[in-house]
Amino acid sequence: MHRVLSWLLAALIAVATPAFAADLDPLVRALGTGTYADTEKALAKLAETGDTAAVPVIEALQTGDLHVRKADGAVVVARKAGNGVALTDPLTGAALGEADRSAVEKIKINNSLRRSISAALGALTLMSPNPQTRRQAADAVFKSRDVNALEALDTALAKETDEGVRRAMFQARAAVVLNSSAPDADKIAAVETLKARGDRDALALLNAAANSGGAEVKAVAERAIASVEQRLALWGAAQNLWYGLSLGSVLLLAAIGLAVTFGVMGVINMAHGEMVMIGAYATFLVQEVFRTFAPGLFDLSILVALPVAFLASGAVGVAIERSVIRWLYGRPLETLLATWGLSLALQQAVRSIFGPTNREVGAPSWMSGAFELGGLTITYGRLWIVVFAFLVFAALLVALRKTAFGLNIRAVTQNRSMASAMGIRTARVDALTFGLGSGIAGLAGVALSQIDNVSPNLGQGYIIDSFMVVVFGGVGNLWGTLVGALALGSVNKFLEPYAGAVLGKILVLIFIILFIQRRPRGLFALKGRAVEA
Amino acid sequence: MLTRFLLMGLDKKAGVLLAVLAVLAVAVPVMALAAPPDSPWHLSTHTVALLGKYLCFALLAVALDLVWGYVGILSLGHAAFFALGGYAMGMYLMRQIGPRGVYGHPVLPDFMVFLNWQELPWYWHGFDQFWFAALMVVAVPGVLAFAFGWFAFRSRVTGVYLSIITQALTFALMLAFFRNDMGFGGNNGLTDFKTILGFDIQAPETRVGLFVATVVALAAGYTLASCVVASKLGKVLVAVRDAESRVRFLGYETERYKLFAWTLSACMAGVAGALYVPQVGIINPSEFSAASSIEAVIWVAVGGRGTLAGAVLGAVLVNFGKSYFTAALPELWLFALGGLFVLVTLFLPKGLLGLAAQVKGRWPSGRAMAAKPAGQKGI
Repeated sequence: MHRVLSWLLAALIAVATPAFAADLDPLVRALGTGTYADTEKALAKLAETGDTAAVPVIEALQTGDLHVRKADGAVVVARKAGNGVALTDPLTGAALGEADRSAVEKIKINNSLRRSISAALGALTLMSPNPQTRRQAADAVFKSRDVNALEALDTALAKETDEGVRRAMFQARAAVVLNSSAPDADKIAAVETLKARGDRDALALLNAAANSGGAEVKAVAERAIASVEQRLALWGAAQNLWYGLSLGSVLLLAAIGLAVTFGVMGVINMAHGEMVMIGAYATFLVQEVFRTFAPGLFDLSILVALPVAFLASGAVGVAIERSVIRWLYGRPLETLLATWGLSLALQQAVRSIFGPTNREVGAPSWMSGAFELGGLTITYGRLWIVVFAFLVFAALLVALRKTAFGLNIRAVTQNRSMASAMGIRTARVDALTFGLGSGIAGLAGVALSQIDNVSPNLGQGYIIDSFMVVVFGGVGNLWGTLVGALALGSVNKFLEPYAGAVLGKILVLIFIILFIQRRPRGLFALKGRAVEA
Repeated sequence: MLTRFLLMGLDKKAGVLLAVLAVLAVAVPVMALAAPPDSPWHLSTHTVALLGKYLCFALLAVALDLVWGYVGILSLGHAAFFALGGYAMGMYLMRQIGPRGVYGHPVLPDFMVFLNWQELPWYWHGFDQFWFAALMVVAVPGVLAFAFGWFAFRSRVTGVYLSIITQALTFALMLAFFRNDMGFGGNNGLTDFKTILGFDIQAPETRVGLFVATVVALAAGYTLASCVVASKLGKVLVAVRDAESRVRFLGYETERYKLFAWTLSACMAGVAGALYVPQVGIINPSEFSAASSIEAVIWVAVGGRGTLAGAVLGAVLVNFGKSYFTAALPELWLFALGGLFVLVTLFLPKGLLGLAAQVKGRWPSGRAMAAKPAGQKGI
């Protein structure tokens, strides 16, 4: 789209040039004569024409590419080429051959000129046929607050039809007015405009106005400042909430598999983090396959990685359950130690196979980039992770509540011997449940590979957090895990601005330790006899 | 009274262990200092420090076994008490450096000068006195354990939940000690020690002295633990481990018993840490990691949970294995350690000492079992 527009623009200029070239030519020539002051005068005249064809000339002047050809005094653009310089006409862009470096003399600029150049460029680009360029020009004026641009802004505003650009110009005008010696009534109107804009830049301008303007302006500006600050605080809180939700969904993803193995089965799986890691490495392998065989379909790699990671982690989980954990049911502390041992072995195995360094996992195009929502900046990657976390949660809930497999799991959890008497193969259900929990950890690994380093230590970073979430939320209750993850995520992010990241985390840990004292079985404890078992 | 208490606690296993420690306390100094350097009997300073390190870990294992083996509290945060004791000793050693630091500041340790601290934080005062540091070595872990246990046991947090919050405790402490603002050297911890009680910390004589001190501490800790375990109090502790509610119904305030054993264990761990730091020459926040706490648990499990001698044996064996593997086959160490965790929990629930008892007990019953199927066939 951009490219098409700029081509169009170039074509337009090329067509339009011959008609104006004659008028502009003497003005351009005047740039190259005499002192800085002369150049500045010529520049002002050039800007006054309001002709966008002059833009490339002024830009060349700004970058220091504009030279005077000594032989005939013509102003040309000279860029280094080989030993000499390549000359082009500043207006038409037509090549004028090559010359020796000593055949041209650079048109020097000083700071005062530099300011005039930006103002002139701003004024000229405000008239550009491309709305994007106009908008950038308006923003540039907003930043420079150059009083000289006021006239150009007014002219441009009269002609402007695009609503967004119009608003940008209006705000730029307000910024300029506040910076000028305009009458108070104008300034008050400008304050209102900036108040409507309501961001940090507007706040800076309003502060300046409150400090410099007359009494009336001052009062209005101060009211505006209060309103803008309130608005900013609101958006800041919203931003924290979003960060909290984002962190909470990461915690949810990491903990939800644990909620199955620990919460439903009562098995302390210290190797849970390694299941997440296996999921992340599965993503890496799938992406490698895509890179080698179908680089064009790379955007789909994450979708393919999901089932692969689920199956890989799930298979490892089933293997662990069959080989180790089934011998240790009813001995939770021993299970903890055995699975810790497994986690060490798995880490070392991955380190031996893939090496100790981080592996590169790419983001598909639909997960990169960001968009603005009011005062919030939201990256697509984070947004997808939040969505994904909730999808996984919902899917697990449905699987446990509505499927035959889920029914079996719940039956075995509630009363093993009765379930066995009813013909449920409890050993098989155990293995599959553990596989399910591990598989979900694998899915978490796919998501975390997008935001964390894929290294053998990946899982270690999440294991303690996941346990905290499950214990805080209440063991054996998926909703508790959801609430626990989101609550801990938000609390962490709200503490961060005041206490810093590390201290915030420490405070959260202390909070959990104290919380467990009050409610030893978590936020949503299972009630009834099952608790004592 | 005291002698009875002592005699009751010391069984045959304890006798063997104390004898071994006595032999070490005599033989190691002789071999390190008196034997000529080229003799095959000579021990290098490095080896002496290594042995001392093993014995510090053994003391930590005894402390852990006291709570896990006899009270049933699986602590995944004992390294925190160990490290706190270590930091208390490290602070004393830092203050001992005095103006000999790189920046030559008369009072402030190097890292504080580096971080532009103007004066010593209040909690560093007093650590220039050995007696104060020695008190803190026991008091800091003790008070922390007491406060933690007071809340946790009163709220009846037990089993896995307790294990998880001990882990949260050590994790929180690790994060805290990693912070530079805490004034404990941040990431780098405390190091570059020069002297202890005026003796050069690098000198072979000092090393041997530290080793002997460790042997004495281990012997004392072991004796204290086995006396506690053998006393009436110890019987209650074991009863709490096996059926806490029943003990409570009998009228015992189980929280107090647990709190006593827990605090005593933390103090012992602190002493172990304090002896560890001068021999290793550094203490940093990674000592607080959950991994090192869990590793200590496996020492106890390997040796035999609920047998204090087993804890000592397990700590020495596993750490010897670690030294050997990390030097010879570094790739395989984590496989070996991980495998050890799995094998011990699956096949050696009572550890090596338990295995010995099993094998001894097997002989007669093994023969009886061999006879039985034959008889059954006859029927």
